[in-house]
Amino acid sequence: MTEIVKLSPSAKPLMQRIDWVKAAPFVYTIALFLAWELLVLALAMPQTVLPAPTRVFQAVVQYWSPIWKNSLQTLYTTTLGFIIAVVAGLAIGLFIGWSKTIYAGLYPLMVGFNAIPKVALVPILVIWFGIGTVPAVLTAFLISFFPIVVNVATGLATIEPETEDVLRALGARKMDIMLKVGIPRSMPYFFGSLKIAITLAFVGSVVSETVASNYGLGNMMSSAQSQFNVPLVFAGLLMLAVEGIAMYALMAWVEKRMTGWAHRSTMAN
Amino acid sequence: MTPLVSIENVDMRYGGAAGTLAVSNLNLKVAKGEFAAVVGPSGCGKSTLMKLVTGLQIPQAGDVIVAEKQVTKPVSIVGMAFQNPTMLPWRTTLENILLPLEIVEKHRHRLRANKKQYVAKAEKLLEIVGLGGFGGKFPWQLSGGMQQRANLCRALIHEPELLMLDEPFGALDAFTREELWCVIRDLHAAQGVTIILVTHDLREAVFLADRIFVMSARPGRVIRDREVPFARPRELEIMYEKGFNDMVQALHGEIAKARVAA
Ligand SMILES: Nc1ncnc2c1ncn2[C@@H]1O[C@H](COP(=O)(O)OP(=O)(O)OP(=O)(O)O)[C@@H](O)[C@H]1O
Ligand SMILES: [Mg+2]
Repeated sequence: MTEIVKLSPSAKPLMQRIDWVKAAPFVYTIALFLAWELLVLALAMPQTVLPAPTRVFQAVVQYWSPIWKNSLQTLYTTTLGFIIAVVAGLAIGLFIGWSKTIYAGLYPLMVGFNAIPKVALVPILVIWFGIGTVPAVLTAFLISFFPIVVNVATGLATIEPETEDVLRALGARKMDIMLKVGIPRSMPYFFGSLKIAITLAFVGSVVSETVASNYGLGNMMSSAQSQFNVPLVFAGLLMLAVEGIAMYALMAWVEKRMTGWAHRSTMAN
Repeated sequence: MTPLVSIENVDMRYGGAAGTLAVSNLNLKVAKGEFAAVVGPSGCGKSTLMKLVTGLQIPQAGDVIVAEKQVTKPVSIVGMAFQNPTMLPWRTTLENILLPLEIVEKHRHRLRANKKQYVAKAEKLLEIVGLGGFGGKFPWQLSGGMQQRANLCRALIHEPELLMLDEPFGALDAFTREELWCVIRDLHAAQGVTIILVTHDLREAVFLADRIFVMSARPGRVIRDREVPFARPRELEIMYEKGFNDMVQALHGEIAKARVAA
């Protein structure tokens, strides 16, 4: 598609010279904000209900110092929780995927644990660790490690029997098979799960900050809300979206860098 | 001389007492240095036979003896190649071929120190199968036939005494197949390795093997043990001779009958 557009750039009018696929995310974002602005204007919404985007951006500028500080705090708790989730998720995933028995035994437990809404755990974490950074980090961790575990374990548990046979016929031990096949093979699953996990980690940290912290975007938004400063609430949401997109893009990039081979080949053969 | 591989009255059932009886009362002997082919109807237990010999499956009854030892766990003197190349996509072709050396007890401790020699050996094998210079490519950059050749190199790199080939040329076109037949033929002649080849292609069996075992439909057992009389070295032209075609036809008839009997 790109090639066709770029055939003779100078000869074409402006509209045809733009790579619309690349431009699409920006075009659509701008369109969304435009539609939002027009909707607010058309319905004459009071800014305490739905502030227009221009008003939200104004709030971002006006409250930049606290927004920046709290954004960094949220980014910090989220990333820390996420990193713990990566380490623990990888370890638990490898452990679960190690044998069929462990897989069968622990899988239902994990599913049960995952079904618990993590918000419900925040009060317990507060009892144990007090309010502040620790519960936020732990909530981010608890909510985001499950997809990592499941993906790593799945990667290990789905080694092709023929590959395993070839290695076993050479006298390979379980450890050899895991190191040579299982772990490399589960890496695309692992890196793929990071995108999901980082998004969930934001959910966890913000939820915890909202109910049990004096810092972070979650806390900032809940106090702004109690003062009916709705533009500031939306400014917080906007920052969250920006951080979420940035971290997601980072994870997607890491995934691509680390497991380029998986995009080229069908893993099935 | 005692045979290298000896299967005596073997029964193998998958999935517990009520499971599928794959082979029953199986008897077969392959001498050292011999090239044996196994043919038979689909699902008759040929792959099962391979797994029994390599120790990937242990039979419920009977004895499997390889190199004068009862097989109770995977034996390490074999190289295996399946129809499906099972190359690891994150390793280059060369690294894939070196994989057995990282596993086999005899080589794994020497690999790091003698890496150069081993790589040279792998490259020589690649050369032999007509893949010279492709070692640095990833498997997904190779065609199916090329992957199959690399697969063969991987089965050979640790110089196994016994080479087990389970329909390794099934997915290839006729010309590539004939080319690889010659590669296998020459390997067998040069290295004196014992080979057991499972195949559906009767011409392949007659062209390559010294001895052909015909199996019955499931539960599989050997219903016919034929010696192939043609002198070696054999050229591809042999396939146009009457004696060759008569033998292929006879085998064809036997398998057709075995299928109907099921
Ligand atoms: N892992 C398994 N579990 C249960 N049954 C199996 C298993 N592997 C093979 N079988 C059964 O054992 C029988 C023999 O299978 P096998 O794979 O040995 O046949 P085959 O002769 O290699 O067939 P083909 O020529 O189609 O490759 C089949 O009926 C199959 O259903
Ligand atoms: Mg088979």
